[in-house]
Amino acid sequence: MNFKLKDIGPQLITVLAVVLIFGFFTYNAQVNMENRGIDFGYGFLSQESSFDVQFSLIEYDGSHSYFRAYLVGLLNTILVSVIGIILATILGVIVGIARLSPNYLINKFAAFYVEFFRNIPLLLQIFFWYFAALRALPLPQDAEAMFGISFLTIKGLFVPAFIWENFNIFFYSIVAAIIAIIVIRINAKKLQETQGKQTPVLLISIGLLLILPLLSFLIGGVRLSFEVPVLKQLATTSFIYEGGVSLPPELIALALSLSLYTATFIAECVRAGIQGVGKGQKEAAASIGLTPNQVLKLVIMPQALRIIIPPTTNQYLNLTKNSSLAAAIAYPDLVLVFAGTALMQTGKAIEIVSITMFTYLTLSISISILMNWYNKKIAIQEK
Amino acid sequence: MFKYLKQLTSLVAMVAVLFTFTTETMAAKKSKTLKNTQKKGFVRCGVSQGLPGFSNADAAGNWTGVDVDVCRAVAAAVLGDANKVKFTPLSAKERFTALTSGEIDILSRNTTWTLSRDADIGLTFVGVNFYDGQGFMVRKSSGITSTSQFKNGISACTNIGTTTELNMRDFFNSRGISYEPVAFEKADEVVAAYDAGRCDTYTTDKSGLAAQRTKMKNPDEHIVLPETISKEPLGPVVRQGDSVWEDIVRWSLNTMIEAEEYGITSANADSMKTSDNPQIKRLVGAEGEMGAAFGLDNEWNLRIIKQVGNYGESYKRNIADTGILPDRGPNELWTKGGILYVPPSR
Repeated sequence: MNFKLKDIGPQLITVLAVVLIFGFFTYNAQVNMENRGIDFGYGFLSQESSFDVQFSLIEYDGSHSYFRAYLVGLLNTILVSVIGIILATILGVIVGIARLSPNYLINKFAAFYVEFFRNIPLLLQIFFWYFAALRALPLPQDAEAMFGISFLTIKGLFVPAFIWENFNIFFYSIVAAIIAIIVIRINAKKLQETQGKQTPVLLISIGLLLILPLLSFLIGGVRLSFEVPVLKQLATTSFIYEGGVSLPPELIALALSLSLYTATFIAECVRAGIQGVGKGQKEAAASIGLTPNQVLKLVIMPQALRIIIPPTTNQYLNLTKNSSLAAAIAYPDLVLVFAGTALMQTGKAIEIVSITMFTYLTLSISISILMNWYNKKIAIQEK
Repeated sequence: MFKYLKQLTSLVAMVAVLFTFTTETMAAKKSKTLKNTQKKGFVRCGVSQGLPGFSNADAAGNWTGVDVDVCRAVAAAVLGDANKVKFTPLSAKERFTALTSGEIDILSRNTTWTLSRDADIGLTFVGVNFYDGQGFMVRKSSGITSTSQFKNGISACTNIGTTTELNMRDFFNSRGISYEPVAFEKADEVVAAYDAGRCDTYTTDKSGLAAQRTKMKNPDEHIVLPETISKEPLGPVVRQGDSVWEDIVRWSLNTMIEAEEYGITSANADSMKTSDNPQIKRLVGAEGEMGAAFGLDNEWNLRIIKQVGNYGESYKRNIADTGILPDRGPNELWTKGGILYVPPSR
């Protein structure tokens, strides 16, 4: 232990400065709030919220607490982020690969899409999709049925609701199928390493995923029926669909614009990743007799993924944070419900904004940790 | 160190001179807001992002409306010029934070006076400049003529962060009607969504409905239903803790209303100085010391009436003549069947 003041001095001063600055802001806020007669505290979270929310994944109405309203907003934010991330990834990978296509039309079309959508501010795109959709979509009474059971209207997408009997048995059958697939995969890997035998894992997996749930229907007593939305008249010219599940147009517009926007960035990550793998790798793989599919699956993609994952993580984080623009088009996300309505009704600005900030921080860090874990898993295993 | 001594001395001397020659009244000393306003040379006023009749900016950036006139009255009183106002457009969500954080000094933005707002969040309501109530707008073609025809599943567009959201819940709940609330952050988006057919009804204060109707693609296709589901007394708000400033804003508004009661207008205010009625003389600064308590001169109220006009003039100019609400309804003087009644200036 030979600490010297000159070694740790700068660090100490930095820490002290950070603490002092933070302390000053806290003190300043305290004094000013006291002067203006504003109370500080989180007690309001258990009070009755007395406002309703348009769309909620859990049971909620105005008689629930502000905390419940917070959960509603949080879940809606997570919902639109998850949908956005999945759609953006699928679209991004397709467009990224399309940009490398030797086909001139596909290649240029993908390039045009990327340049167009990533260079227009996201808020404008959200407004465009929302209001364009509102103008273009039919009123409920004019809507044409899709497949005879779904209706896309200005008031949202109405789809049939699933009505399950013995849903738990169906659920267990799927869990059993997944466990069986994992066991088979582990065995197949062992077989390949010890005896060099290859097992058609994919076919067996698909088979299991189909057969086990099917058995649950045939002998497990699982029944599935649909509740189709039915048109209901509210007044001479106003209609709504009842029954079934409705997705509000706000959710659709937001998920659509978020994924179209973020997919452009992911496409560029994918293109960079694939182009980042040396040409020699592909040639070497081909020269030892791997098929083109195997070259892509076993040689190119594992290496490309290492380049793709870190910047794509950033895009996932951006998408999650960008979902807060929802407030502009009435999608009840965390910012609209909690940092909007709840803040206004309680006036607890510092408390609510700090909770909201902390929530986004936690969300982002969770995504980061998950992606870093995946990144580590596919990184080069040094032995 | 000594190099800067000379500069330092002259700086100290300058500051000292400034302090000696700044003549401050007692009230100005007590009111930090008044002092800051006079130093800056303009009144910082929070208004809406565009509500015709209340606070709306034209293409050239000139603000007009009855809410705007309250701020102009205060500017006329404390600065001598009704145009020395800096307007900050605020959303419903931002407004209280802007006021409590000191961004603005008066919030005159069609804001409903409620117990929790007045008591909880560091605000003080100084009066009412418009008596309003929440109503519903529907498309004429829907055939709905009364809220009793509302049915389960109706969708209602509105703004977030307003009393509207709470009243709407009370209204639908008490009638056992299930509804879909679609709440936007800004009024323009509410109007656009309702106009496009997203919602069956648009609900907010009736004055707001009347004003926003003028922005619709085809105003004649929409009607405001007769029912009023809540009391919405709208008025200017100030920060808690500066009672002199609070008084100045309150009595600037009261002056406009009382001036109408006594028939003093922007045109005849000067000639009223020689009136026989002592109350009229007090209202135009010709009798008594009505400004001293605020730290203002004696003609503060005369300037309000001359530059902004009385309440009736303001209402006619902004709300009646623009076709928003030609009928004054409850916003008529108490002497003429309305409920506008203010304490006397004396």
